[in-house]
Amino acid sequence: MTLNTAPTATAVRQVPQVTNPKRRKGKSAYPYWFYLPAAVIYTALFLVPTVVSFFFSLTRWNLNEFTFIGLDNFVQFFQEPALIKGLTNTFIYGIVTSVLKVVLGMLLAVLLTSQIIARGYLRSVMFFPVLLSSIGVGIVFTALMDPRNGMINEGLAAIGIQGPAWLTDPAWALLSVALVDVWKGVGLATVIYIAGIVSIPQEYFEAAKMDGASSFKSFFNITLPLARPATATVIILSLIGGLRSFDLIWAMTKGGPGFTSDVIASVIYKQYQAGFYGLSTAGNVVLFLIVTAIVLPLSMFLNRKEVEQ
Amino acid sequence: MTTALKRYGLGVLAIAVSIIVFIIPLLFMVLTAVKDRKEAAKLDFAWPTNFQFVENFTAVLSARKFMLVTAFINSTILTVVSVTILVILAAMVAWVLQRRKSRWNGVANFLILSGLIIPPAIVPTIWVLQGMGLFKTLPGLILIEVAFGLSFCVMLFRAFIASIPKELDEAAVIDGCGPVRLFFRVIFPLLRSVIVTVIVVQSVHIFNDFQNPLYFLPGDANATVQLTLFNFQSQFTTNYNLLFMNILLITVPPFIMYLFFNRQIVAGMTAGAVKG
Repeated sequence: MTLNTAPTATAVRQVPQVTNPKRRKGKSAYPYWFYLPAAVIYTALFLVPTVVSFFFSLTRWNLNEFTFIGLDNFVQFFQEPALIKGLTNTFIYGIVTSVLKVVLGMLLAVLLTSQIIARGYLRSVMFFPVLLSSIGVGIVFTALMDPRNGMINEGLAAIGIQGPAWLTDPAWALLSVALVDVWKGVGLATVIYIAGIVSIPQEYFEAAKMDGASSFKSFFNITLPLARPATATVIILSLIGGLRSFDLIWAMTKGGPGFTSDVIASVIYKQYQAGFYGLSTAGNVVLFLIVTAIVLPLSMFLNRKEVEQ
Repeated sequence: MTTALKRYGLGVLAIAVSIIVFIIPLLFMVLTAVKDRKEAAKLDFAWPTNFQFVENFTAVLSARKFMLVTAFINSTILTVVSVTILVILAAMVAWVLQRRKSRWNGVANFLILSGLIIPPAIVPTIWVLQGMGLFKTLPGLILIEVAFGLSFCVMLFRAFIASIPKELDEAAVIDGCGPVRLFFRVIFPLLRSVIVTVIVVQSVHIFNDFQNPLYFLPGDANATVQLTLFNFQSQFTTNYNLLFMNILLITVPPFIMYLFFNRQIVAGMTAGAVKG
């Protein structure tokens, strides 16, 4: 009796959603064990470390043995000026890069979907840096941004502007790296926006034109609202990337001068190198909380609005 | 008249700006890579007076006991093996996830989203790898790349699989096809175009990866190409020409990928992005 009801119960639950293909000997054509290899790797090397990081962030730890020290690591994280700087810099970096990518990506996409010459060339050349290695880009721009001999300052001097000392100036270091990040990543934002703009029906623009709307008006009233999914994607993607960013900063400033351009990801590495594994893990937990606390609500907000429209 | 002016005027302006912003830095990199040491140190945008392509090329390759050659081999193995594993495992997951609706779907979707958002916890991952005896080994790093890349690949595959009609599976099952045969003989070949996208996007990504090799595969003998750059950065502070030659060499593989698979790369990156 029980043997009979069990299979029908599962069948009933599944039938309303999809009609399963004919089963042989009660086996699905889509076996769960297909999940297994991926699930094992993902669990062992991603889920387990993520979960245990919460525990080890409360310890002093050398990989073999640990002493439980409560919230000391976090207290240290929010007290030491070098570490607090890393925290605020992470926010600045994430916000600056994603705002610039949204604005520039949108403008470039509008330009590249309009009737100008050499669109193919412009798209390719703009997208290519996305595929370059961050370390390579970082080193090239370190040379370009050299305060005395660098090409950027020589170019600025040629038109009568005294350029800043870029990476060696504490006030500019973080911003300089963020600008290079934008240089490298704006192509991706542009391409996403182009996909968004191309999917807007052309009739809307024609109708607006018939009604005498200027191109400014149709940009603000048609392109901008209808490209909203693209905007959501660009914001979310560049925030996730920006808040976690490590490669470029490490290649260009290593957090310097002093610790003025440190971000959480570089703090994590420095503490790891110094052997403070507990503190490094606490940094990871802080980064985890920041990223989820910002990205999750934001993506829910951006996507809900999209559905309402 | 005005539209023509706009078409050409804006176009010419855009080309000029693109040359200054994008072409010159890339050209600067190439030119510096073929200069001699003294000229390279000036960091200026001048035509090299004597080309040293071959000298710089051999100097970079032979530096530190041919470390760059080892690194290229390591990076190739890393990229090829992890992308292969990724493609097969992610396609399997995506297929079952898309076809079989069950209470696990919510959990799986949540885990996929987590994989896209959560920054990996570094030291605990090292702890796990050490427990498995895989820390500082290439297989360990391969598994890491697989674990961190799964979410993105599953998403791409799932979106594509949704467009394959279910009737196809049903026909195969009626003909007596088991799940394994159904997947590998019927479904997998149909995924060709999305597989190409996944391969191209992930191989560029893994080849360019710096952070994971830095943490999980330290040591000169195991260096990947991105790490050679990092190691040479301190050693070559005065030899910009060699440093830039190194950059140039490790830029070649992604560049070739871009030449041949431009469309797949863009499609993969935007498609994955729109779903995320």
